[in-house]
Amino acid sequence: MVARALTHALVGLDARRVEVEAHLQAGIPGFAIVGLADRACQEAKHRVRSGITSASLEWPNKRITVNLAPAALRKEGSGFDLSIALAVLAASGQVPAVRLWEHAVVGELALDGRVRPVGGTIALAEGARRNGFERVLCAAESAPEAGLAGVEAVPVRHLAEAVAYLRGEEAIDPAQPPELEESALETPDLADVRGQERGRRALELAAAGSHNLLLVGPPGTGKTMLARRLPGILPPLTRDEALEVTRIHSVAGVLPASRPLVTNPPFRAPHHGVSAAAVVGGGTVPRPGEASLAHRGVLLLDEMPEFPRNVLEALRQPLEEGFVAVSRVGGAAIFPARFALIGTMNMCPCGGRGDPAVECRCSAQRIVAYRERLSRALLDRFDLVVAMPRPRATELAAAPGEPSRAVRERVVAARRRLNEQPAGRTAAASELLDRAVERLPLSGRGRARVARVARTVAALAGSDAVESEHLAEALSYRSPRDLPEA
Amino acid sequence: MIRRLHRGEPSYPPFLASIHDPPESLWIRGPAELELLSRPAVAVVGARACSSYGRSVARSLSRELALAGVVVVSGMARGVDGEAHRGSLEAGGLTVAVLGCGIDRDYPAAHGELARRICEHGLIVSEYEPGVEPAPWRFPARNRIIAGLSRAVVVVEARERSGALITVDFALEQGRDVLVVPGEITSALSAGSNALLRLGAAPALTVDDVLVAIGIVVERRAPPEPEGDGARLLAALRDAPATADELARATGLAAADVASLLVELELAGRVAAGDGVYRVTIAA
Repeated sequence: MVARALTHALVGLDARRVEVEAHLQAGIPGFAIVGLADRACQEAKHRVRSGITSASLEWPNKRITVNLAPAALRKEGSGFDLSIALAVLAASGQVPAVRLWEHAVVGELALDGRVRPVGGTIALAEGARRNGFERVLCAAESAPEAGLAGVEAVPVRHLAEAVAYLRGEEAIDPAQPPELEESALETPDLADVRGQERGRRALELAAAGSHNLLLVGPPGTGKTMLARRLPGILPPLTRDEALEVTRIHSVAGVLPASRPLVTNPPFRAPHHGVSAAAVVGGGTVPRPGEASLAHRGVLLLDEMPEFPRNVLEALRQPLEEGFVAVSRVGGAAIFPARFALIGTMNMCPCGGRGDPAVECRCSAQRIVAYRERLSRALLDRFDLVVAMPRPRATELAAAPGEPSRAVRERVVAARRRLNEQPAGRTAAASELLDRAVERLPLSGRGRARVARVARTVAALAGSDAVESEHLAEALSYRSPRDLPEA
Repeated sequence: MIRRLHRGEPSYPPFLASIHDPPESLWIRGPAELELLSRPAVAVVGARACSSYGRSVARSLSRELALAGVVVVSGMARGVDGEAHRGSLEAGGLTVAVLGCGIDRDYPAAHGELARRICEHGLIVSEYEPGVEPAPWRFPARNRIIAGLSRAVVVVEARERSGALITVDFALEQGRDVLVVPGEITSALSAGSNALLRLGAAPALTVDDVLVAIGIVVERRAPPEPEGDGARLLAALRDAPATADELARATGLAAADVASLLVELELAGRVAAGDGVYRVTIAA
């Protein structure tokens, strides 16, 4: 007696079709799982057996072989539990096999038979839809997420419930996918930032033009505070973008059950103790890293020179190409990673430089060594570099700043303008740029960067052309000048 | 291009030959005429770990000196020395770097690019043959050549016991003028240079102070005054250095306008930025 259930395995963000075949035969009772199943997958034996008995169903006293096909594809994780259990039950005649084959199945089993959600459900459900399956049997918690893939997601809380449903004894309404609505702002508001006019302005430019931003200044001047407010002024995600981000977060297993659709631009701030694999993605079975989790949002590298060199260098691919390719023996996975990078750093290793109240005792060599932890190639990726020295007079008395909402309206308008028609430069602006190249250390790449920022400045000003004052402002953010020199 | 110039050869700079112990020979890197070493020159020296004030003054002072046709001599070290060379290069001037190691060694390594630019029109000289490693005990000897090539020495910022003070000692011994840019009396970075002022060194408050000391009279037109908001920013900066934010608050201008105006002023050589703080240059 053979029965089959359909499920999927994740390769990167892609779901590959996997058929679970259960075969019962006479012989010494036993249970074997074959088909390149990893450790967690092998342990399914125990969960499945306990789950079936806990659900007051009968564990067939036969020699049971479960094959996960195609056998060449590496299977990982606990998401096959439910499909294995149902295939065994179908093979032993406790569940109608034909009806089971109408569904794609995904879910982990608890020992008491409850069905637990697994990461990547939305990607698996999309795979099911592509393979022509319209119904997905999954844990109740992940059903709304599966519904986003455009399939009928059948939520089941317990193995017994799944069996009752498949036998036709119980009807279950498919889960409603969540609407794309902006959640109450979970990002902090720019109104909290008092003073810091230049930093705020740079943040607005970064949001409008998708520029990477480097904030340089002594500790406690509000670099991180400012950086955390960038997601709040980014344009809201479109539905396609939201789905794309949701898929990544789901596969990485960081999607909260209460909020199955990511609607706000994500914000990720890995600690500087992070490994390269955790930032760009990796693992034997590739998983997205922080760079991909920040896709369509913001990646903050606080205290950037403290990050290991290999981590920073690994970021160059996503910064250049907008994706991460993780190559493994088993195949390559492509994770999208198009994010706004914000870096922060001190002006010197002791942090005293730029602070009038502290005397910095760093030697010139130490300052150079500190700066050189960031390669020129990486620094070149920052269109905007802003020094944030500690103000002498207290700024706390300043009035609350403009709220994020108002800034975001300008950002959205500027993005539209940038997308519609890139502004040309006036003759005066071109002349200024030539003069600047003569006078300032400005590489060819630096020149292109200034021109790009100038277009954003013009778009924010609602101007049809890049005027010389727009270009002048762009020049004020050029990279090397605001970095401490030795 | 590497040359060697022996004492006694006609192009050996007479000014240098007149000191107590002139180097027997000079190794020279760069294609410029050797006559460059005999032109009116001013040494601009100071702390390696200088403040943004020292950096900005060294640069703008050297720029103005170069515009007046004076050769700027320094030691290509980090900090004030490097800025002195850069300021001169910025104005298209000629500059001479005197090294305490072989002329083929870019020391400090970070100044390799600077060395290349100096050599385009200026010269790098050393009494040590190519390949000689930099060593702490070679730098004081190098300083006697810096002073020896110059008519006057300007100290921008120096701690107590700074190497720049050694250059000053040589300069006084050799009968050169010593000028000092006054620094903040509360800053340890200026303790050595301010002490020189107390001992009677001439203060260098403008580039003219330096030019008068070496007997050069230059008719210079005052740069055109900026108008409108630019003038307001400049006026505010003349009172005290300020960050862009402080300027925005003091003048009521938007951050975007302040940024754009400051760049215009910077390109005009009127203000300089360091570590996010803007200050007027000596040309302002």
